[in-house]
Amino acid sequence: MTLSAKDKAAVKGFMSKMKSRSEEIGAETLSRMLVVYPQTKSYFAHWPDLAPGSAPVREHGVIFINGVYEAADKIDDLKNGLLTLSELHAFMLRVDPVNFKIFIHCMLVVLAMLFPEDFTPQVHLAVDKFLAQVALALAEKYR
Amino acid sequence: MVEWTDSERTIINGIFANLNYEDIGAKALCRCLIVYPWTLRYFGAFGNLYNAEAIIANPMIAAHGTKILHGLDRALKNMDDIKNTYTTLSELHSEKLRVDPDNFRLLADCLSIVIAAEMGYEFTPEMQAAWQKFLSVVVSALGRQYH
Repeated sequence: MTLSAKDKAAVKGFMSKMKSRSEEIGAETLSRMLVVYPQTKSYFAHWPDLAPGSAPVREHGVIFINGVYEAADKIDDLKNGLLTLSELHAFMLRVDPVNFKIFIHCMLVVLAMLFPEDFTPQVHLAVDKFLAQVALALAEKYR
Repeated sequence: MVEWTDSERTIINGIFANLNYEDIGAKALCRCLIVYPWTLRYFGAFGNLYNAEAIIANPMIAAHGTKILHGLDRALKNMDDIKNTYTTLSELHSEKLRVDPDNFRLLADCLSIVIAAEMGYEFTPEMQAAWQKFLSVVVSALGRQYH
């Protein structure tokens, strides 16, 4: 399921729309994930506050979204471009890769909520393909 | 038996009460066929499905999306026994339609996303949790008669 030129263009085009609401997207995605999939809280036990919209959640949401933008910049070679991030997740964070899918689903829900007109089925397809490739690249160094 | 809190029942009933079946059903099925193109395998007799635009414009797909969404009504009316409510439908999907049960999950995901687009911020994390729990029970029930 390689990204075609059309997919990449659709992803980049939609990302530029996302940039105006980055913080909102990041915070809402992370907040939502922690509520809808409570098992994901296990990775954030060291935070003082896991409530939706709390300070640690909002700050970390920005980190997640910036990671997605970084991946979009390296869309032509995700595997190599995301090596450092993969090492981080594999050796330090040790996040079970099943959670990448969970995060992606929450992000797609938030994008639909915030961009009901722009997040068409065609854009959804391209973004989903892209994020699946990002997840694969993140899992690269796991074993 | 699945346990439902009062809050979950209220949320799920609330979503259905405000649902435009024709609009949401059609959108959900179209999105599923476009985002997961392998699901097209079950729709060979539905006419022109050659590209996203054709799928969206196809009246048979729109009607079928509505039908599928109304299929959820029985779960809504029988929330305390969704498992047995779908015995016949599960057999139909397994024996006659031969649908890979993973497709139920894909369609459920698309439905959640379409409802999120419709409701915006009203689709709170709590609502998403309750709604997805409901759909996962339906999906599980539909997969039960596969052998």
